[in-house]
Amino acid sequence: MIDGKLLHVSASPHFRSKATTKSIMLDVIIALLPSLIASVVIFGLRALLVTIISVATCVLSEYVFRKLLKRSNTITDLSAVVTGLLLAFNMPSGIPLWMVAIGGVFAIVIVKQCFGGIGQNFVNPAIAGRIFMLLSFGKMMEWSEPMAGIMNITGVEAISGATPLAVMSSGEGLLPSLMDMFLGIRGGCLGETCIAAIILGGIYLVARKVIKPVIPLSYIGTVAVIMIIVKFTKGSDWSFVAYQLMSGGLFLGAVFMATDYTTSPITFTGKIIFGVGCGLLTCLIRLFGSLPEGVSYSIILMNVLCPLIERYTTPKPFGTPKKEKKEGEAKA
Amino acid sequence: MAKGTKGVLTAVKKVRGGVKVDHRKNTADLEVVRIPTPAKVVIPMAMHIGAPCEPVVKVGDTVAVGQLIGDSDKFVSAPIHASVSGTVTAVGDVKLPNGMMSKAVTIESDGEMRLWEGIKPPVVETREDFIKAVRDSGLVGLGGAGFPTHVKLNFDPSKGIDTLVINAAECEPYITVDYRECIDNSWDILSAVYTIKEMLGFKKVVIAAEDNKPEAFRILKRIADDQADTDDEVKLMVLESKYPQGAEKMMVQSATGRKVPPGKLPADVGCVVMNVASVAFISRYLKTGKPLVSRSLTVDGSAIKEPKNVRVPIGTNIGDIIEFCGGFSKEPYKLITGGPMMGLAIVGTDLPILKQNNAILAFAEEDALLKTETDCIRCGRCAMACPLSLTPTNIVRAAKARDVDTMKRIGANVCMECGSCAYSCPAGKPLVQYMRLAKAILREESAKK
Repeated sequence: MIDGKLLHVSASPHFRSKATTKSIMLDVIIALLPSLIASVVIFGLRALLVTIISVATCVLSEYVFRKLLKRSNTITDLSAVVTGLLLAFNMPSGIPLWMVAIGGVFAIVIVKQCFGGIGQNFVNPAIAGRIFMLLSFGKMMEWSEPMAGIMNITGVEAISGATPLAVMSSGEGLLPSLMDMFLGIRGGCLGETCIAAIILGGIYLVARKVIKPVIPLSYIGTVAVIMIIVKFTKGSDWSFVAYQLMSGGLFLGAVFMATDYTTSPITFTGKIIFGVGCGLLTCLIRLFGSLPEGVSYSIILMNVLCPLIERYTTPKPFGTPKKEKKEGEAKA
Repeated sequence: MAKGTKGVLTAVKKVRGGVKVDHRKNTADLEVVRIPTPAKVVIPMAMHIGAPCEPVVKVGDTVAVGQLIGDSDKFVSAPIHASVSGTVTAVGDVKLPNGMMSKAVTIESDGEMRLWEGIKPPVVETREDFIKAVRDSGLVGLGGAGFPTHVKLNFDPSKGIDTLVINAAECEPYITVDYRECIDNSWDILSAVYTIKEMLGFKKVVIAAEDNKPEAFRILKRIADDQADTDDEVKLMVLESKYPQGAEKMMVQSATGRKVPPGKLPADVGCVVMNVASVAFISRYLKTGKPLVSRSLTVDGSAIKEPKNVRVPIGTNIGDIIEFCGGFSKEPYKLITGGPMMGLAIVGTDLPILKQNNAILAFAEEDALLKTETDCIRCGRCAMACPLSLTPTNIVRAAKARDVDTMKRIGANVCMECGSCAYSCPAGKPLVQYMRLAKAILREESAKK
């Protein structure tokens, strides 16, 4: 005892890594910045406006809702910012701003906070918000023309161009070039079109050890394999596979949405199963479903399966004998 | 099968998980210095794992260094000896660093450090002699666990125990006393390695050290290459510097590829793991017959004025030791015995040093690195860091819900409390504390049955 005062005691370890929830979320935000910049270049300042409204409603609704419930303030962990960014990235730029706000409130209040806040939601809030909006508003399917000028802030004059997936599934209209696909110069949601920016963000996340590349690789890999099989059975071009991989929200979903901590398995095998499952469902919806795109639905379905996957992929504790039961039976 | 060149073994199997922790081996170049004889020592009777000893001296007795003051007739126990010469002034209950009460013998020193006349080298000819000598020496695992060494060595020779692993990994940050042992007392280690090998019939000895200690390595390599080792049965194992390489189960896995099953001991897979300082001590005891009455400690941390490696009599007051190291440089906020990953936070300095303590660390508030606990975000870092393949976050959930079946299924009892999970947790969860809670619930439930 120093001057009769008791010192602070706590359970070991007395060393902690510097990573916090906030630092992780900040890394995710940084990883999303290239996509944000790309979306502004492609869809004009309107994209930035949509993003700001989405982030603002997410953060504000989290603050207000937790205040109402007399719970601790969690907006400083930045997770609501991430949800807001991802939600905005899943909307077309021409969407009316009040719809954006409703989507944000739904994602945060209903999907995240009503289930207990960060770490407790059973589906990805941004995806659930997007699906909610898809089902509610036809505007979610009206795409703006890319490269209509950076000063495009109203979004009202946006021309409803078809997305590459819609073109492929209906066979009508023109496909953008593969290079344009990679750079994101096509109709689509804000953050999903520029593959280059998403890959850049993904590399940053892996380098910073925020995510392991397991889910993105198994997800995109599965889609690639299936589409290659389809290519051979249909006898179509290699470009079919390339368009399938680069269109829709596959990259955005695989890198940023399917890797959401809360709603994906924490086990290594679980992550592979999760990624492969997402890939299978995406292909099924794209090839046989009535919708042209299926990334959101596949991820949300796999989110729901996550506890089950985790239960069956939890590794055996160190040194657990492999054939415990059989030996027991033999003895009996 | 042994891989690598002569005398050197590359880890047979890489350890899963673990964390990269700052080494902070600030005291590595400081030789161990003996502290001045303390005026008073308090020697608890319950320092080791197992049955506490009963005092065999009474108030007023004059004792000398190395004289037996506490013993037990239980098998899992280790005798206790006076660490200074002087007069017994009290025999009664004291509080131990872990908060438990224990009987203790207080000796007021006469400052002479007079050796007890009964000390003489033991006669060791057989295996039984050897184990008895180890018991008489009062040796417990000096790496931190405090398990009586003679119990560990007294295995059934017919059980096929073939490998002795000598742990010089010292994977906890700050602590450098094992490293100093390797450098300063390499001859003791050398002779003990071959004595133990011969006495207990080990076929293979693996000395394991982390790759961040090149100097210790050079010396240990010489031991492994010694001419007595004609069949190349003593090998040095190079381990990547990663916490917790030095954990017993991890050591066994690296050295032999065998995995110790849950609830079992290394002996169940044919291995015995000993700390390098314990090994060196055996050699000294066999030569001199002087029992375990002092030990080396690293004193370090941001609040210590002059970090040092010190040799102190068992039972020395922690306050005396800190004073010898120049006292506190900043107001201490947290005081730890042992390393920062698995050590025990203590409430103050008025506590005695035990046989198994290997460090005293003091931190100021700004360096105590406390995190506020927030909600789990299921990032999975804990599961990735766990060297025993557990999923700590799920165990926490089960523990909070008192879900005994789930806790059993996912192996809450397997946890060795290394702290890798809590170290990595971005939500600042005290995961080790939750693990202990889970184990306590499981103990409670099994007691009910």
